[in-house]
Amino acid sequence: MTATTVTPAATAPDKAKPLAPISWKAPIGYGVVGLISLVLFGLLPDSGKDSTFVLSTGKDYFQIDPITVPAKATAIVLSVVALVLAVISWQATRNRRKVGAWLPIVFGIVVVLAFLTWADAGKDSPLPLTGLLQGSLFLAIPLVFGSLAGLLCERSGIINVAIEGQLLAGAFLAAVVASITSSAYVGLIAAPVAGMLVGALLVLFSIRYVVNQIIVGVVLNVLVIGVTSYLFSTVLKTDASTFNSPPKLPSIDIPVLSQIPIVGPVLFRQTVLVYIMYVVVALLQIFVFRSRWGLRLRAVGEHPKAADTVGIKVNRTRVRATLLGGAVAGLGGAFFTVAAGLAFGKEMTGGKGFIALAAMILGRWNPVGALAAALLFGFSDNLQVVLGIIGTPIPSQIMLMTPYVVTIFAVAGLVGRVRPPAAEGIPYVK
Amino acid sequence: MSPTTPPLPDAAVPPPADTGTAPLATGPDENRGQGILREIMSSSWVVTTLAIVLALVISGVLIAAADQEVQDAAVYFFARPADFFSAAWDAVSSAYVALFQGAVFDPTAATFAKAIKPLTETLTVSTPLILAGLGLGIGFRAGLFNIGAQGQIILGAVFAGYIGFTFDLPFPLHLLLAVIGAAIGGGMWAGIAGVLKARTGAHEVIVTIMLNSIAVYLIAYLLTTTPFQNPGSSNPISPPIPESAQYPLLLGDQFRLHAGFIVAILAAVFVWWLMGRSTIGFKWRAVGSNPHAARTAGISVNSAYIWVMVTAGALAGLAGSAQVLGTDKVLTADVAASFGFDAITVALLGRSKPLGTFMAGILFGALRAGGFAMQARTGTPIDIVLVVQSLVVLFIAAPPLVRAVFRLPAPGARRPRTPRSSTKEVAA
Repeated sequence: MTATTVTPAATAPDKAKPLAPISWKAPIGYGVVGLISLVLFGLLPDSGKDSTFVLSTGKDYFQIDPITVPAKATAIVLSVVALVLAVISWQATRNRRKVGAWLPIVFGIVVVLAFLTWADAGKDSPLPLTGLLQGSLFLAIPLVFGSLAGLLCERSGIINVAIEGQLLAGAFLAAVVASITSSAYVGLIAAPVAGMLVGALLVLFSIRYVVNQIIVGVVLNVLVIGVTSYLFSTVLKTDASTFNSPPKLPSIDIPVLSQIPIVGPVLFRQTVLVYIMYVVVALLQIFVFRSRWGLRLRAVGEHPKAADTVGIKVNRTRVRATLLGGAVAGLGGAFFTVAAGLAFGKEMTGGKGFIALAAMILGRWNPVGALAAALLFGFSDNLQVVLGIIGTPIPSQIMLMTPYVVTIFAVAGLVGRVRPPAAEGIPYVK
Repeated sequence: MSPTTPPLPDAAVPPPADTGTAPLATGPDENRGQGILREIMSSSWVVTTLAIVLALVISGVLIAAADQEVQDAAVYFFARPADFFSAAWDAVSSAYVALFQGAVFDPTAATFAKAIKPLTETLTVSTPLILAGLGLGIGFRAGLFNIGAQGQIILGAVFAGYIGFTFDLPFPLHLLLAVIGAAIGGGMWAGIAGVLKARTGAHEVIVTIMLNSIAVYLIAYLLTTTPFQNPGSSNPISPPIPESAQYPLLLGDQFRLHAGFIVAILAAVFVWWLMGRSTIGFKWRAVGSNPHAARTAGISVNSAYIWVMVTAGALAGLAGSAQVLGTDKVLTADVAASFGFDAITVALLGRSKPLGTFMAGILFGALRAGGFAMQARTGTPIDIVLVVQSLVVLFIAAPPLVRAVFRLPAPGARRPRTPRSSTKEVAA
C-alpha cells in the first residue's frame, strides 16, 4: 500500500508529507450496521408494541420507575443516531481527522439499545437493564483475569496458551481448599497457587527445555483437564461434602457508592474478586507502561538481546512474569467455583481461557483494552442468558455464536494486523 | 538434520550441563516462530519409547494415589509397608492390564472374534484421529498452528451427513459424493482462516479457535431445523444415514471397523507423497521453514497459507465423514467428540510426519478404546488417559528431560545408543 506514494519533494513541494491512502473500512462498517439496525429493528417490526426497561434493583436507595417506550419509534430514533455517527465517522475519515474512542463506544451502545428495544417489544416481562450489566461484569471476571495473565506473559515474550489450564487449575484448587476449610476466602488465596504451578511448568519447558511454547501451552491444557477430571471422578465425587462443596463468596456492598443509581449496583455490589480485579487492572496499566519493572518487562519481550546488553536478566524476568501471570489466571479461575458458588465440575471453564486469549489480542496487549474486550464478551454472554429468559425470535445458538463471529471480524477487519511483542515465542539463548 | 544431531555436545559435556545445552546448540540458527516442532522431529525413537514409559509411570502414581485400598494401606504404611506397595501394584497393574485388554487383545474372551474385537475397536477410534492429525501435521510443517480441527471435523460431518440422508442414490456414488462433500466442508471452514491469514494477517490461532466455537453452535442450530432434524423426533439428531452412503464394514457385522480406516491409510500415503515428493509440498515446507526466504525465492506465501489450510481442513473433514458415515451412522451435535483436540497431540506426537502421525493416531486410539474398558472393569476413570497422552507429548518435546530421568540409574550406559538410533531414523 505504501509503495504507491511517490517522492513528494520533487513533484509537489507544497505537500510536505506523502499521504497514506484513506481507509474506508470504519465508516462503511458503521453505515452498514446502522442501516441493518434501522431496517431490522426499526422499520420491519409492527408498530404499537412497547418495551420496558427496569433500571433499579430492589435494594436501591433512589428508586427509578421502569421506563416504558414505544418500541418501533425508539428503535428508529436510536438507529438514526447510529447513522448520524456513521456520517460523522465518514466526514472525519474524509478530512483525515482521528475520531476518539467515544465514537465506537457510543455507536455500540446505541445499536445494542436498539436491539434490546426490538427484542423486548410486546413482551410481558420487562428487560432488567441493570441486572444485565451486573451479570455481564460478573461473567467477564475470568476473561479479564485470563487476558491479563496472557498479557503479562506475552509482554515478556512467553506465549501463554495455557490460560485455560490455569483457570481450570485455579477453579479446582479454590473449590477443594474452600470446601476443606469451609472458607471461601481461603479458597481465593489457594487459587493463584494452582495457576502459578501451571505457569511454572510452562516456563520450565519453554525456557529450560526450549520446547515450542504453543505446544507446551496446548499440552498443559490437556494435562490439567486430565488431572482435574481424574481427581474429580475419584476423590471429589466419592466425598463431595468434604471436598467439593465450596461456600459462596459473599457479595459486598461498598457503603455510599453502591447506592448510585445504575452504576452502583453494577460496579459496587459485587464480590471481593471483582474489587481485586479493578485493582489488578489499574495496577497493571500503570506498572506495565509507567514503571521501571514494566519497561524491563516490555524490553525483554521486544528485544531480549538489547535488554541483556544493558544488564537485564532476560530469562529471570520471563520466569517471574510467567509465574505472576499464572497466579493472576489462577485467581480468575476462582470465579468458576467460589465466586459463582458452584461445585467443581469436569472441564467447567468451557473454553473461557481461549476467549481470554482473544480478548487480550483484541485489547492489543493492553490491560485496559483487554478489560474492555473481556467486558464485551461478558456482555454478549449475559445478553444471551437474559434474552433466553424473556424470550426472543432469534435461536439461542445464533445468539451464542455472535461473540465469536464478532471476534473474527474484529481480528480480521477492525484490528487488522495487530503487532504482538516482537520476541514473543522465541526462546532467548545467550 | 543428520549432520547436526549425532556428534552434539552429548559426548563431551557432563550430564547436568547437557540437559541445558543440547537443544540450545541447535537453537539460534533456526527460525523458531516458523520452524515449529523442530525439537520434536529431531528426537529419536528411543526417547519416544522412554517418554511413553515415563508417562505411564507417572500416571500409575496417580492411579495408585486415588485407589481406596492404597489409601487404606497408606494409613499403616510404617507398620507394614509391603501392604502399601502390593496394593499400589495391584491397582496400577489391574488398570493397565484392563487398558491393554480393552485396546489390543482380550485373552479372557470366549471366542477368537471377541478376543480381537478390542484391536478392531482401536483402529475404528483411531481413524478420525489419524485423518485429522495428518491435516494438522501439514499445517505445522507449513508454519501454521491450526487449532481448528474440531470445527473442521464438524463441518465435514455436517456436509457428509446432509448428502447422506437427503439424497437417494446408488451405493458407490452416494458414498463417494458424501465423502467429497465432507472434504469440501472441512476445507471451506479451514479456508476461512487461511484466507483471513493471507489477506488481513489475522492470526490463525485466534480465527480457528473462534471457528471451532461457531461450528459447535452451528451444528446445534442445524439439528433443530427441518432439513437436518429427524422427522418425528424432538431430539437434536438427524435421520439415519442410508446404507448406500455408509462406509462398508471391513470385517463383517461383528466389528465396527469400516472402510474409513482404508481412507485413513490412503490419506497417509497421499500426505507422504504430497509433503515429501511433490513440488507443492516442497514449497509449503519452505514457507514453514522461513517465509521470508520462501518469498524471496518466488513462492507465494499467501496462496500457500490458503491451500495448506484448505488441505488440512479437507483431511479433518474426512475425519468427520469417518464418524458420521462409518462409526455413528447418524449426525449428532457430539459427532466430533474431542477428536479435533486429541488430533493436535497426535500430530505433535507423530512429529507431523505421515507415518509418525499414523502410529500416534493408533496409540491414542488404543488409549481411548482401552480407557473405556478400564473404566468399566476397574473403575479407573478414563480421564487418566488424557494425563498419559499429555505427558507423552510433553516428554517427547523435551528429550533432555527424559534422558536426565533415565540416566540416573545407569549413567552413561545409554549415551552411545541415542545418537545412533537418531541417524537410523533419519536414514529411514
